[in-house]
Amino acid sequence: MAIDIPRIPLGDWIESGLTYLTTEYSVVTRSISRLTQTGINGLNDGLMWLPEWVLMALIALLCWRLAGTRLAIGAIAGLALIWNLGLWDPMIKSLTLVVIATLVAVVIALPVGVAAALSERLYRVIMPILDFMQTMPAFVYLIPAIPFFGIGSVSAIFATVIFSMPPAIRFTTLGIRQVPKELIEAADAFGSTRSQKLFKVQLPLSLPTIMAGINQTIMLALSMVVIAAMIGADGLGNEVWRAIQRLRPGDGFEAGIAVVILAMLLDRLTQSFRKERKQ
Amino acid sequence: MSDTRPVKIKVRGLSKVFGSQPKKALELRDQGLKRPEVLEKTGQTLGLSNISFDVYEGELLVIMGLSGSGKSTLIRCLNRLIDPTEGEIIIEGENIPELSEKQLLECRRRHFSMVFQNFALFPHRTVQQNAEYGLEIRGVDKSTRQKTAADSLKQVGLEGWEDAYPNQLSGGMQQRVGLARALANDSSVLLMDEAFSALDPLIRKDMQQELLELQHSMKKTTVFITHDLDEALNIGDRIILLKDGEIVQMGSPEEILTSPADDYVARFIEGVDMSRILTARSAMHPVRATAREDDGPRTVLHKMRENGIDSIYVTTRERKLLGLLQADDADRAAKEGQQSIAGLMTQDFPSVGPDEPLHNLFAMFSDKSFPIAVVDDSRRLLGVVVKGAVLAQLAETGEQ
Repeated sequence: MAIDIPRIPLGDWIESGLTYLTTEYSVVTRSISRLTQTGINGLNDGLMWLPEWVLMALIALLCWRLAGTRLAIGAIAGLALIWNLGLWDPMIKSLTLVVIATLVAVVIALPVGVAAALSERLYRVIMPILDFMQTMPAFVYLIPAIPFFGIGSVSAIFATVIFSMPPAIRFTTLGIRQVPKELIEAADAFGSTRSQKLFKVQLPLSLPTIMAGINQTIMLALSMVVIAAMIGADGLGNEVWRAIQRLRPGDGFEAGIAVVILAMLLDRLTQSFRKERKQ
Repeated sequence: MSDTRPVKIKVRGLSKVFGSQPKKALELRDQGLKRPEVLEKTGQTLGLSNISFDVYEGELLVIMGLSGSGKSTLIRCLNRLIDPTEGEIIIEGENIPELSEKQLLECRRRHFSMVFQNFALFPHRTVQQNAEYGLEIRGVDKSTRQKTAADSLKQVGLEGWEDAYPNQLSGGMQQRVGLARALANDSSVLLMDEAFSALDPLIRKDMQQELLELQHSMKKTTVFITHDLDEALNIGDRIILLKDGEIVQMGSPEEILTSPADDYVARFIEGVDMSRILTARSAMHPVRATAREDDGPRTVLHKMRENGIDSIYVTTRERKLLGLLQADDADRAAKEGQQSIAGLMTQDFPSVGPDEPLHNLFAMFSDKSFPIAVVDDSRRLLGVVVKGAVLAQLAETGEQ
């Protein structure tokens, strides 16, 4: 279909904007990159330094304390399978990326979520941005990540943080807005300052909801970390990626099953944490 | 009598408009328009209009009205949970609407504790931690606030429940926690917003009684909101009646019952069981004639004849009640030539305090026809109640 008006060069604009950002702020992005890489390496080396069975035992212990015997047994079985398949190292790399990306996402999301809950104007600005962040196909974030941070794990984390942050923000905002009005009134009536109200009433009461958001963020982070193999992120995604390139469905499913095991473990652990806090 | 007591909170010309053009609404109000007209013309709701009253030190003031009368708005204006549009609220020289945010916090901490209709307890805190809240945010050190909170929990009968969470308690107990939280704060005014309305009737009566006892012993200035007239009459030292954001009547429970200011108040009190509210004092007459202990039988007979009565109360010079003398006995003594009535008196007559509800008096009339003696704490004779007066009093107030 022919339209008379000329095509809007939206893509060109975005590209020139990104180019401007990369050239002007490369000093900043490079130093962020170096810092993040140090973090990744440190955590990764630490986890790798531990013998497999020690880490398994630690994780099983954590599962047992937080969720009971069944999850602990499940964790041992699942992790043993991953070890047996020779996917231990890539699993640790993926786990590292998920942990760091989630940490960064939560550190940003909590204050933003709180601010959006307390200010109606900010809420109206932030919500459409979150819609944008969540519905934009995840792959697209990978492209600008490279000029900013170069090929590798740091770009993967950048893309992962952007992709996985929205639920943490949304749930934080929701949790704080759901605190009953009477309780806010009660806190006010006794002369609470804003921060006393936030830390003694609003945040504790929205904690279960916030934890649900963090759980979602972890799940999204894991899925993105796998996709990020396309820009050179190490880990289980890389195994899947290689299996695709070599057309070896067996290897692909093995790595895929390892992702599922890791996902279930992370999910059950964070959920149990949430339930425990609720009681 | 209440007018001589020191004023704790002075409210003058308080108004609240809900809407975006409060000035316009108040202008129309000043031209004499009422809430419905103001709403129709401007779309603004006149929540409160030109409210003025005093809260006296140590009294229990009840603000009563139906839903929409503005009573919840009024109590929230006092501690500025709602910002009033105009008017003064003065507590210890401070005008609350003019306070800065920081001063307001200080004022709330020092002067106001609030108890809420739906309890508004913090579900993530134990009973003890709930009771500590007000002290905690004021920065009171841990051991002091634990002790104070434990004391107020004890006061409301919740000893042993300190470590429970609110959702483990019944409604009545939850509201006790609410009350303890307010008492622990030791603020100078207690605000109670429909505090007992969510409780079932029996528990509610208990709580009213306990509040009265607490109030009696602590003399805490209390502003109590309710939509329930029975509750208002039961606990209030004074009652303010609100309608459409305006005060329609202000007075003691009895003043409101016996002389309702207008139809609205009259309709309000229609449903009340008068005999339960009215007291011996309201039906009491001054004693027309009493005998003195040193009177002789003939003098006494003369007094009875003069006043057309066949029995007479005997008192000391200080009007302390000694007993009742019947005409038959006096007559016999006179015939026998006795000089004193000392041995002739009977103690078999009914006597009550001035605050005895009228309905309790009916039973006392049943057997004998003596008037009931109304005496004060030191048994001084204040007056008498005759059966006809009780019926007349009930009929009179019932008609209105």
